[in-house]
Amino acid sequence: MELVLDIKDLVVHYETEDADVAAVNGISLAIGKKRTLGLVGETGAGKTTTALSIMNLVPDPPGVIKNGSITLAGNDVLAMNDEQLEAMRGNDVAMIFQDPMTALNPVMTVGEQIAESLELHQNMTPEEALEKAKEMLKLVGIAETRAYDYPHQFSGGMKQRVVIAIALACSPKLLIADEPTTALDVTIQAQVLELMKDLINNRDMAMLLITHSLGVVAEVCDDMAVMYAGRIVEKGTVDDVFNNMRHPYTEGLFNSLPNLKEQGEMLEPIKGLMPDPADLPPGCAFAPRCPYATEACTAAVPELESVDGSATHFVACQAYSRPGFALRRNKDGK
Amino acid sequence: MSQEIWHRLIKNKGAVIGMTFLALLVIAAVVSPFIFDYEKDVINQNLAIKLQAPSAQHWFGTDEYGRDLFARVMYGSRYSIAISVGSVGFGLIVGTILGSIAGFYGGYWDSIIMRGVDIFYSIPNILKAVVIVSMLGTSTFNLIIALAVSCATNYARIVRASVMTIRDLEYVESSYAMGLPTWKIILKHILPNCLSPIIVQTTLLIGTTIIAASSLSFLGIGVPAPAPEWGALLSGGRSYIRIASHICIIPGLAIMFTVLALNLLGDGLRDALDPKLKK
Repeated sequence: MELVLDIKDLVVHYETEDADVAAVNGISLAIGKKRTLGLVGETGAGKTTTALSIMNLVPDPPGVIKNGSITLAGNDVLAMNDEQLEAMRGNDVAMIFQDPMTALNPVMTVGEQIAESLELHQNMTPEEALEKAKEMLKLVGIAETRAYDYPHQFSGGMKQRVVIAIALACSPKLLIADEPTTALDVTIQAQVLELMKDLINNRDMAMLLITHSLGVVAEVCDDMAVMYAGRIVEKGTVDDVFNNMRHPYTEGLFNSLPNLKEQGEMLEPIKGLMPDPADLPPGCAFAPRCPYATEACTAAVPELESVDGSATHFVACQAYSRPGFALRRNKDGK
Repeated sequence: MSQEIWHRLIKNKGAVIGMTFLALLVIAAVVSPFIFDYEKDVINQNLAIKLQAPSAQHWFGTDEYGRDLFARVMYGSRYSIAISVGSVGFGLIVGTILGSIAGFYGGYWDSIIMRGVDIFYSIPNILKAVVIVSMLGTSTFNLIIALAVSCATNYARIVRASVMTIRDLEYVESSYAMGLPTWKIILKHILPNCLSPIIVQTTLLIGTTIIAASSLSFLGIGVPAPAPEWGALLSGGRSYIRIASHICIIPGLAIMFTVLALNLLGDGLRDALDPKLKK
């Protein structure tokens, strides 16, 4: 399979005077052409830092990419100079941000904002770029005549459509969507996700979708990776992880969702809080909250290992070295 | 959007009065060289008609050398406008550059630039201008430079504060992600969003600069005599205030109304540009 994005062993720290915050601790990810990968995890798990690293946009200082390699469409991102980075951003990879309310410049018309990256990357004249911008607006379901309007004249859902139009204008190979629907209400969420799915399928693009909503992952993604405290604890196809989950943290996430089949049942939240990334516990970072943890868990950081020899499904949990170990959810056959 | 602001501005009575007065002032400044001959009407002395009260022939009366005060006040608006616009414009450019560097890059740049600005800010404006003018010599251009320094420190502070709040907004981040070079982001995305405090500050600063220029002329280190700068007119008339008070009152009123008009306009603009006050 042709890979659009290949991250290997990425380590990103935020080094301030008071603390050395280990935001991302050696993650490896790959996204194939036309695939959508969902990156799931709590706030502070390092999802956004991972996404920013792909564009080499981690705020520096205090952010430092300490280790690893990022290959985007065959080019090593971390070895690029500023000019190459500027040429890559927006053209090969584009990003959709979380909050559409603040993601548009209030003093420029939306047409100008879509046209901006076209002028920059595709060497278009302002007139050509504006024409293309109108096409893009039509593509995301907004009337062309509205290209001359300012962002405050649009609703939240429409602003997010404009943001999508900006991101897709140059037909990037990879689209990074950082919680694109968190700020929208549920019906608009569904519309925007549907739109993104269609556009990506029609344009042979790959997408990295960052979210904390498992529902969104099930809806849109092909593959998924679960992040906890800067590490990937489980990854696989959506089917692998949803129907055959292996990591106690993944189980915890699913247990905190209401069950449609058994309504009225109490939710089982994961106890405790995520550890402070400036002071991670030894061994498995989830061990202090894990109902299955033993002393062995704190001895060493578990590596990602294939689940039953699967080529797609990997889990990083030491417990599987114990014979006969299975998650309660899998035992009960829920 | 600018149309909307304009509508809100012309609903404000004070702003309309201010704008009308300023428009008249600009017209006066533009047409006065065509009405009056500088050599003959403005600076030519005629002691036979000195210290006359306002009359049909001399609308504002005459001064201590028999010069027509109406011609001098009209002509003086040229100095006031040139000096205030010149020094505010100069200060705007320098202050905006300094403020955006300090606000955008932060850290050392911010400390170095802003501590420098603080030092200038801590010296009273008039004192600072006196020092600069006495260093450079008395001329209209040097007066502009001296006043521009105060304006620049004002702008640097305002621009820095606005840039700091805007640089962390998501649309700035997304323009990085779009591959825009930094200078373009500052010029296209950050500075246009700082415009409203800058505009308001400009109207208010022009007012204070007119007063400062007049004060310096009053002290004798502003525009050199016999040019009819308003402050100089005021200063010249001060020994005759008991016998011909109009020599002081009329240029004083000219200064007062101009500054009042600028303040009215500034207040109106501030309200019109603030979307939170939208009704």
